[in-house]
Amino acid sequence: MRGTDTAGRYGSYGGRFVAETLIAALDELEQAFDSCMADEQFRSQLQRELAEYVGRPTPLYPAERLSEELGGAQLCLKREDLNHTGAHKINNTVGQALLAQHMGKHRLIAETGAGQHGVATATVAARAGLECCVYMGEEDMRRQAVNVRRMKLLGAELRTVRSGTRTLKDALNEALRDWVGSSADSLYVIGSAAGPHPYPALVRELQSVIGREAREQCLARYGRLPDALVACVGGGSNAIGLFHPFLDDETVRMYGVEAGGAGLESGRHAASLCAGRPGVLHGTYSYLLQDDEGQVLPTHSISAGLDYPAVGPEHAWLKDSGRVEYTAVDDSAALAACLRLTRTEGILPALESSHALAYAFQLATQLGRDALIVVNLSGRGDKDIEEILRLTDSLESAP
Amino acid sequence: MSRIGSCFKRLAVARRKALVPYIIAGDAPGGSVQSTVDCLHSLVAGGADLLELGMPFSDPMAEGPVIQRGHERALAQGTTLLSTLEMVRSFRCDDELTPVVLMGYSNPVLRYGSGSFATAAAAAGVDGLLLVDMPPEDSAELPAELKAAGIDMIRLAAPTTGAERLHDIAASVSGYLYYVSLCGVTGADSLDVEATRIKLAQLRRVVKQPVCVGFGIRTAAAAAALGELADGIVVGSLLVDKLGQLASGDSRTAAAALHDLLAPLRAALDGVGEADDQLVR
Repeated sequence: MRGTDTAGRYGSYGGRFVAETLIAALDELEQAFDSCMADEQFRSQLQRELAEYVGRPTPLYPAERLSEELGGAQLCLKREDLNHTGAHKINNTVGQALLAQHMGKHRLIAETGAGQHGVATATVAARAGLECCVYMGEEDMRRQAVNVRRMKLLGAELRTVRSGTRTLKDALNEALRDWVGSSADSLYVIGSAAGPHPYPALVRELQSVIGREAREQCLARYGRLPDALVACVGGGSNAIGLFHPFLDDETVRMYGVEAGGAGLESGRHAASLCAGRPGVLHGTYSYLLQDDEGQVLPTHSISAGLDYPAVGPEHAWLKDSGRVEYTAVDDSAALAACLRLTRTEGILPALESSHALAYAFQLATQLGRDALIVVNLSGRGDKDIEEILRLTDSLESAP
Repeated sequence: MSRIGSCFKRLAVARRKALVPYIIAGDAPGGSVQSTVDCLHSLVAGGADLLELGMPFSDPMAEGPVIQRGHERALAQGTTLLSTLEMVRSFRCDDELTPVVLMGYSNPVLRYGSGSFATAAAAAGVDGLLLVDMPPEDSAELPAELKAAGIDMIRLAAPTTGAERLHDIAASVSGYLYYVSLCGVTGADSLDVEATRIKLAQLRRVVKQPVCVGFGIRTAAAAAALGELADGIVVGSLLVDKLGQLASGDSRTAAAALHDLLAPLRAALDGVGEADDQLVR
């Protein structure tokens, strides 16, 4: 089950909706990506990076105490939080930094929401001796102050984005604007499986290591495939990375969990697949939160990493085809799931990943005790500690 | 012949270069339809041959800070695609001659429905459409819909556009080709006049349609220098910056200020026409 062709289309979704100046840069990247992926030496270099630097494979951890407490299916956590820098983002940046070196680029540009992709890009840039420039919305810099400091320590230049809604969407605009003027010596390292072709395919390819490992680990430990996969979806890179290697396994059900914010009916959320309509943003045709005039709507989520009004085009296609079911979890359910995992398993998940956990908890009680669910624990929650404490304090002090 | 085609023909006969100002619909003081229309007439009085009218979008990816703020102001003043078309319709009541090109981003047009948009735009008196983020390979039905409605599809070429691709673009453009004079966003200050002249000379050998050049032109000297090899020059950030400064004033002052910014560029361009007769086709 594959939805892509050489034009970077997933059904009617995808494409390359960018200004003419960027077309040549995207062509150059596509050619480099194709030739590197066909190159045995590049692949083994990437493999070595993932093993020795990132720390792969990550464990598939059976959350037995939690599963027992929920009284339903067995939950297994794919521990992407144990990667170097604490999230799945580095699977992508390690690969793109190698690509940049092969292309002779000496500068990396990145956008970041929660700061995890910014940190992962700054990290690989430091190691490869590349310059790094990260765009981050002013509002996100406030909520993710720890990651801001990490990026600075790593030597990245951090540029504050004050346009538009001052979040991830606007950081992406600024990163693209930078690249229009700098593509001769810079590679734009996009953080999600979104944006113009070839990014959705490139990022999916680099993140698919998650699903390939999870599939092998399941077969090795349980002698069978899981019944369900659950992952959070902002732009959708951790989800497509987990889902993609299972797409042909018809018995495996898949659930993408979007940020329901203050509830879908409130209009304050970031659930483009659940509540958006197809449109064009950031170079791709996909589901988009927009008004009747085609203007992009502001989004809201407790987690900066999911606070994005669009989604990768392959997810749009997987939704329409019915292969993946997309749903949303609101802020409070995500926060509760975050605290619950922390206190039953001693694992502090990122608020992004907590959305997937919250839905998996529901699913676990619906499916019987024999069922096996794999949840992508896409990142660790250290970056969220202050925000979590702020939110739980305000809950406790509420009348 | 389309209004754009007639315009360039007229200019060629008169041995003049097109002066093409860009402002954003609804980005005039007060935000009313009339205030933008006043500005358009004032630009024509100041020497404009063809008008580019921006359709505001929440995420104008190819714009520098000056034009981004113009988009934000226009949206904050409630501008919609319908009111933008209303501005063109109103402008047309008093000006049958000057072509109007709408310039913007794909999503509002797709949301409206590209076929219905082409029909409505033609009825309002729109002559051309330039969607910055819609390259030929992702244009789907739009070129055919515009053609059926009698609207020219303006395309971009950039310093990074390769020779083979340039042929494809030249084959799919109508009205004129918009050459982006620098690798950057609108209003960037990295314009290299000499490099642009070289690239334009190459471009002219491939492209049969008129070529207008824009991005980064702020001075009469740059206008004159680039006017030598192009059929027209586009000026945007200079004007939108002024509208930003005058945003809290009255629309008459803003319209007059646009006129005064454009007039010296007109004079500089007309100097080119006389000095360089042999280059005019």
